Amino acid sequence: MLEIKNLSKKYEGGPLALDDVSFEVKQGEFLAVIGLSGSGKSTLLRCINRLIEPTGGDIIWNGMNVTNASDDELRTVRRKIGMVFQHFNLVSRSSVLTNVLSGRLGYTNPAMAFFNKFSKSDIDNAHKELERVGIAEKAHQRADELSGGQQQRVGIARAMMQNPAIILADEPVASLDPVLAHSIMQHLEKINKEQGVTILCSLHFLDLVHKYADRAIALNDGKMMFDGSPAEIDDAKFREIYGKDAERVG
Amino acid sequence: MENNNNNNKSLKKSISKGILVVLGLIIFAYAFQVTAVDFGTTRDEVRMTSLTRVLRALAHPDLVEYETAELDVDIPFYLPCPDGETPSLPDNASSEPYITASAICGAAGETVTVEGYNFPAYVQGPLNFITASGVKKQLEKFQADENGYFIYEVEVPNRQPVAEAQAIRATVRTNIGAPMWSDNAIATWDKIIETIFIALLATTIGTLIAIPTSFIAARNLMVENTSPLTSVAFSIIGWLIGMWIGSQITKWLLVLFTPINESLLFSLVGAILSFGLLYAVLRWSITADDSEAPSLGKRIASITGTALSGIAFLILFGISFRAIGAALIEPLGALGFLPNFMFQVGEIIVMLTPGIIAIFFGAFVGSMLSKIGQRISDNMPAAQVKLVNIVAASLAGAAIFAIFGAGVEWFYQIGNPVKTFYIPGAVGGSLGLLLALTTTAKKAMPTGLIIYTITRTILNGTRSVEPLVMAIIAVIWVGIGPFAGSLALALHTVAALAKLYSEQVESISAGPIEAVQATGANQIQTIIYAVVPQIIPPYISFTMYRWDINVRMSTIIGFVGGGGIGFLLSQNINLLDYRAASAQMLAIAVVVASMDYISSVIREKFV
Ligand SMILES: Nc1ncnc2c1ncn2[C@@H]1O[C@H](COP(=O)(O)OP(=O)(O)OP(=O)(O)O)[C@@H](O)[C@H]1O
Ligand SMILES: [Mg+2]
Repeated sequence: MLEIKNLSKKYEGGPLALDDVSFEVKQGEFLAVIGLSGSGKSTLLRCINRLIEPTGGDIIWNGMNVTNASDDELRTVRRKIGMVFQHFNLVSRSSVLTNVLSGRLGYTNPAMAFFNKFSKSDIDNAHKELERVGIAEKAHQRADELSGGQQQRVGIARAMMQNPAIILADEPVASLDPVLAHSIMQHLEKINKEQGVTILCSLHFLDLVHKYADRAIALNDGKMMFDGSPAEIDDAKFREIYGKDAERVG
Repeated sequence: MENNNNNNKSLKKSISKGILVVLGLIIFAYAFQVTAVDFGTTRDEVRMTSLTRVLRALAHPDLVEYETAELDVDIPFYLPCPDGETPSLPDNASSEPYITASAICGAAGETVTVEGYNFPAYVQGPLNFITASGVKKQLEKFQADENGYFIYEVEVPNRQPVAEAQAIRATVRTNIGAPMWSDNAIATWDKIIETIFIALLATTIGTLIAIPTSFIAARNLMVENTSPLTSVAFSIIGWLIGMWIGSQITKWLLVLFTPINESLLFSLVGAILSFGLLYAVLRWSITADDSEAPSLGKRIASITGTALSGIAFLILFGISFRAIGAALIEPLGALGFLPNFMFQVGEIIVMLTPGIIAIFFGAFVGSMLSKIGQRISDNMPAAQVKLVNIVAASLAGAAIFAIFGAGVEWFYQIGNPVKTFYIPGAVGGSLGLLLALTTTAKKAMPTGLIIYTITRTILNGTRSVEPLVMAIIAVIWVGIGPFAGSLALALHTVAALAKLYSEQVESISAGPIEAVQATGANQIQTIIYAVVPQIIPPYISFTMYRWDINVRMSTIIGFVGGGGIGFLLSQNINLLDYRAASAQMLAIAVVVASMDYISSVIREKFV
């Protein structure tokens, strides 16, 4: 469903953050992206829905080349790609419900934004999504009044409002404690297993990768170092991905 | 060796320090010269007395007045002394106020001692010489002591000698009844209200325009807008064509609507009908669910429908508002300001309609051509795109420069089309050509950044013009009065607030914007759902801050004829009526202080 071909990104005046990265994501997969800090994980995920413009290569989404999509086409592509962020990226002064509803914006007529109006079914669905992540009672609270774990659930609910075919999760649990991390990962797993939503998730901790991912790809300095089952990451592979002096924790 | 080096260094340092100090002194000395500093004058006797006089006047603001009663206390005086016996002093031992004199006759130039008894304590008044025909000549200004007594030596004035008695008269003015607001206080009240409303109007209008402007002037929102040269050039051409079509349509519409101008009923019915139509078209074309792109036919139908009904509504609404307002001003009497408001709103709409229509068509044709340009750039081979670019960019460049030339012509009235039309056109055309030749055919141009830079430049330029200067121009345009002041302040408010606002937009966190964009939201949705919630507190705070500044500015904008209390103040200062001016200064101080307080309270509430 998603094919990345020779993708590269060079930041202006910066390093080559992605260097000829190619891989394929299959429908229904839980794919983890691992690598050191600065290896290009966030850049890769953001290139897929063109929050960052790639400087080379192609992204093929269901047979369509996203890299040269027009604004309208990009809008229809983006609304099928949910995104979850390390720092949640909620609009802190808006209510939880509004944050969740904003996941519907790709399906809503822009003129409606002036009236801050969503359809009845969207609002019902938003409540359902909040219920599914277990914070139905927080709907009318301001987003910044929630704890980190609750905020990430709102982030997931927002992504799910898009009725996504895939969710890009950029270190979704990096700012949470281990218990919360597992609960968020379980939500993602449930979405993956029960609703068949493909998940592409960058992770720091290998134990999480082993536990939740079907497959992993590894980046080092923008280059693909590994593509295979997490079980295949032995000590040699590990050193290759994380550098010679790295020690395994967890 | 090293030590030596160090010594050298510190010597150099000392010398440069010394030079700096000397330079500083010279600059200050020159500043004293230029600003004509002269502390001698501050101790000058004459100036000290006038300063004292003015300061005392300022300490007695002309706010209240009383009805006064005048009491005249006379003694007869003969000028010159009559022949024969000298008239004796009238007997006076009553408890009423009376005056005595050392002599009650004499020749001009003689000195007479006048004493007063039983006057109210501390009372002041003139001591006059009253001739037989009743003409006054002031001899002295008296002030009684705590016992109501005074004594003055006066000189007998040089007046026509007559036989009958003339008089020396002390006049006492006493206040009776309750204090009343003086005329000056009432005028001050009127003008301070006017001042507050100038500030209110300027702030509101300025804010309304500054908010959308600030988004265009925010780098982080604009930087992502890029499009290829083909699309840019097509868009420029499209805007010009569209605005020309729009102005033609306006001309045609104005002719069409002339008969309606006469009939209120017709225009009112028309306004209601067209509003209904507009509402229906919008309901039909804007559906909450936008998951399926509408068909081309539907899009064309909805845009045409919106345009037609919208334009008709604007014009008819403006005309009927204007007519209703005008008709109601007289009958409503004191409430006439309400229909007058209606009339003015109608007037504004009618006035702005041609502009709105031109912009609407400009935007429509511009965006259509821009899309076509984008298609061409995306789908044609690079060589052909380059060819299209060369033609389109030359055309667009020529058009822009020709318009620029027309502006120059308007300002300087050169009257030579070769200089103001053909040469700019050719220059623009070749610049466009050069641009098309030097850029890679399909490369995205930073259009957002260009618009951002232009907006910022205009804002900075406007901001650097003092509101007082703007008011002078506005006074020439719309005449002396508060309207001119409001216009000038509103314009300055737009420039100042848009800059402050846009800096706030630039400092918001990018995360929520990224998240909302990732859901497939377009730019307007992103602004409304990710930008606006983040900027509400600083926007409110800056608006209040500006309101504060506008109140201050509106108090002095009257100095150049911009209405408000400044007009009164400058008038009274020019008339040397410092007691009256003092009342206005007091009013300004009170208003500014309370605005300061109110705005700080509101700011705290919201931030
Ligand atoms: N906006 C930017 N401008 C310039 N360079 C950037 C920018 N964003 C990232 N980079 C650089 O690109 C490289 C890859 O960054 P990226 O954020 O993708 O890494 P990451 O793997 O997500 O790291 P982390 O685990 O710390 O989030 C880094 O060297 C980073 O410095
Ligand atoms: Mg990252």
